[in-house]
Amino acid sequence: MSQQITIGDIIRGDREVFPPYLYEAYQSTRRRSPTLPLIEVPLTLSELTGPGLAISAVTPEDADLTRNAGTGGEAIGQRIIVTGRVLDDRGNPVPNTLLEIWQANAAGRYLHKRDQWPGPLDPNFLGMGRCLTNEEGVYRFLTIRPGAYPWKNHPNAWRPAHIHFSLFGPSMLSRLVTQMYFPDDPLHALDPIMNAVPTEAARKRLISSYDHNITEPEWALGYHWDIVLRGPYATPFETSGEAK
Amino acid sequence: MTTLPLTASQTVGPFFAPALLREDARRHVLVQPETAGERIRIEGRVLDGDGIPVPDAMVEIWQANAHGRYNHPADKGPGELDPTFIGFGRSGTDENGVYWFETIKPGAVRFDEKQMQAPHICVTIFSRGLLNHLVTRLYFEDESANDQDPVLQFVPEDRRSTLFARRSTQGDKVIYRFDIIMQGAGETAFFNV
Repeated sequence: MSQQITIGDIIRGDREVFPPYLYEAYQSTRRRSPTLPLIEVPLTLSELTGPGLAISAVTPEDADLTRNAGTGGEAIGQRIIVTGRVLDDRGNPVPNTLLEIWQANAAGRYLHKRDQWPGPLDPNFLGMGRCLTNEEGVYRFLTIRPGAYPWKNHPNAWRPAHIHFSLFGPSMLSRLVTQMYFPDDPLHALDPIMNAVPTEAARKRLISSYDHNITEPEWALGYHWDIVLRGPYATPFETSGEAK
Repeated sequence: MTTLPLTASQTVGPFFAPALLREDARRHVLVQPETAGERIRIEGRVLDGDGIPVPDAMVEIWQANAHGRYNHPADKGPGELDPTFIGFGRSGTDENGVYWFETIKPGAVRFDEKQMQAPHICVTIFSRGLLNHLVTRLYFEDESANDQDPVLQFVPEDRRSTLFARRSTQGDKVIYRFDIIMQGAGETAFFNV
């Protein structure tokens, strides 16, 4: 992004990691970003609890996006396995937590009434899946590699291939919606959504890595991506109102 | 103690509804017939900085049950659990920017050994154009405990009213209206949580 853009200073959480609400290069932020400072509040039971442990209804089929359209047919595209661990910021695995994912099909088209660009739809691909992490915090999806797709943010704008992830974790502090990208994609440098993440280190952590140990012969390529959620830990400052 | 850097937030984008709002993923109705507590409907609009309704947002709520107890192991009571109540809701917004829930009014929740919090509901908002979700709280305008609430006092006085849901009735139905203004005049007080 070479043009001059305005970046707001209203940020939730870690300034090294989380994007600002206003990032003008991503046009939709302009009228949807708060302009007043976020309120610093003490963390209470309301924030240190959350729905993550109580909502866990998934079936094994939900984690197979190549077949979960239920048509009997298989989605078209490069079959991939996406797996990794969900950890908290102290390195503890986050077990039994719900992940919900959604993505474009191999041609870069979403099954959504508002996605009307002339990429073909795939009748055997819904582009949504979910699973729970196991006791070690491991999740695993079988899907197809999504295509890049055009959007109207700026002239000739294309989103790099990505998979959307939504996670709850153990508390309200750990709620996260994010996107996983694929390695070596020339569109990364051109994407205002990815580049709204303030540091290169934090952007790199959104990129999965190819892992030949995950790849299954005669079947599917393997990608590894770990996710780190904020743990349910109140800092001394937050509980007592005094820095220590 | 190891400290791992967090995974960054990214926008939910415009195409989440088939996944996050599919029939078995959205949760407008939090109550069952046996659930204890006063039935209320929560309804409101999500508005952008031009006052235009946001038709592609998602609103999630998290609340304690009628006894002020969260369905979560970190809450040890003393309020009792209600096996018919999880306390989690998820609604999309329609073309008019409207979201809604059928739930119960939560009880007061413990703040610390000495203090209670006024009844409130945690509210989280996601949409295209939000690189992070927004976090706020819904309080009930007719609740006298608001004056002593230990969290509300962190909100500048002139912004507190943005967190008060307005009570009305339709027949025997109690409705609390809570509009979420993302930007500009009347901007909702959002929390750094």
